[in-house]
Amino acid sequence: MPAPANARFAASHEWILSGTADATVGISDHAQKELGDVVYIELPKVGRKVAAKEAIAVIESVKAASDIYAPVAGTITAINDAVAADSSLVNSDPYGNGWLFTIQPDSPADTDALMPEAAYLASLES
Amino acid sequence: MIADVDAPALSQSPLLPAHLALGARMVPFAGWNMPVQYAGISAEHLAVRSSCGIFDISHMGEFFVSGPDATAWLDSLLTNRAASLNPGQGQYTLLLNEKGGVIDDLIAYRLDHDQWFLVVNAGRLDEDRTWFSQHATPGVSFTDDSPAWAAMAIQGPLAPQVFHAITDGTASLPPRNGIAKLSLNGTTCIVCRTGYTGEDGFEFFTPAADGPAWFQKAVAAGATPCGLGARDTLRLEMGYPLNGNDLSYDRSPLEAGLGFFVALDKGPFTGRDTLLAQKASGLPSRLTAIRMAPGAPPPRAHYPVFHNDTPVGELSSGGISPSLSAGIAMAYLPPALATPGTQLEIEIRGRKWPAESVKKPFYRKPPSD
Repeated sequence: MPAPANARFAASHEWILSGTADATVGISDHAQKELGDVVYIELPKVGRKVAAKEAIAVIESVKAASDIYAPVAGTITAINDAVAADSSLVNSDPYGNGWLFTIQPDSPADTDALMPEAAYLASLES
Repeated sequence: MIADVDAPALSQSPLLPAHLALGARMVPFAGWNMPVQYAGISAEHLAVRSSCGIFDISHMGEFFVSGPDATAWLDSLLTNRAASLNPGQGQYTLLLNEKGGVIDDLIAYRLDHDQWFLVVNAGRLDEDRTWFSQHATPGVSFTDDSPAWAAMAIQGPLAPQVFHAITDGTASLPPRNGIAKLSLNGTTCIVCRTGYTGEDGFEFFTPAADGPAWFQKAVAAGATPCGLGARDTLRLEMGYPLNGNDLSYDRSPLEAGLGFFVALDKGPFTGRDTLLAQKASGLPSRLTAIRMAPGAPPPRAHYPVFHNDTPVGELSSGGISPSLSAGIAMAYLPPALATPGTQLEIEIRGRKWPAESVKKPFYRKPPSD
């Protein structure tokens, strides 16, 4: 499943859209496949200021709980209530309806410094 | 968010080629490289409840015990009454240490009057073999034959049809808990009408080299390949203990709620004195079934359990039940708290979530027509 062209990826498998003030964040198709069936999601509070690489959400599959990290520093501006109610959206549509939250980056350059999809996919091979 | 694990050298199942061909996700389990899932744990779980699934259980151990004193010897080491079985019958039973704690839970099948077949857990196989060997006695021959066998569990309401298909209608399933030796394709196979899912089904033991072909034949006959993930959620819904989680060296089978499989009046067996003392003075704890209130995160092993703000234990197993869409768990608690309806709280990432003690099993099959 291809990501949007303006998605940038963190090594910890989150994606964030570049070029928008409120940037949407989710987890990669690779990550959702690795996790398997997602059964529970805990999202951060709107308005929370977060540091880059800070653990701010939890995704639980049948087998394990995994932390989700802020891909950049910024402020949480919205969370996806639909995915909190139906966590399987992360599996079925990781780049669409399975988005997790939006963040207003402190510095837009931080987003652009992350990996485009091709580089992210290449990093999975190594 | 996903850690890589530097795994030590793992044992490989003889069914590995079949798993790779089916796109399984392999994980380390009890020293083995085993499939945790194929299409997805929930779908596999529900396939077993509604139709049929097949699991690789080749990591489990196969022991043979024979000789004129074999039955009496097993009755001195295991909790259930081996002597009560006729040839062709099997029973769930436990191997205890001297203080009444559980070394392993297993199924003992009486293949013939003086011949037994034991199926033990992978995680305790070495200890079991050592224990039995250390207790060797003249008149009893003990053999660990595990490497020779591929083993698969075929489980679900359609398992009998899959058995009929893979044996081309040439063999019959034994009755519940029964065992039969079959001559199939010129080899000896063993079929047992048992399982770990709460569904009808059978466990099938074949020569290791023939395993992949049998596994694929069962899949072609309609059995959904299922991994250890679904095996765990299925057994948890039934309240079946997982050794290493829900059974331990420090808890007796009475505390685990397995008194039905302990024949205290059959005569001496290892660990019996502790069980008699517990029976007389009361159990120190009880393995309690716990159901989370709606909306809670999945309960997991080692989460703390509270009652009236007092810590009372920790979860030994837990997860989201695919059949019930609810969090279910087990924990050793003071016996008074095992009473169904007792209000509890489970601490998950620093926050306490409401839960209550319930009756086992968590899941009951809807009545069939």
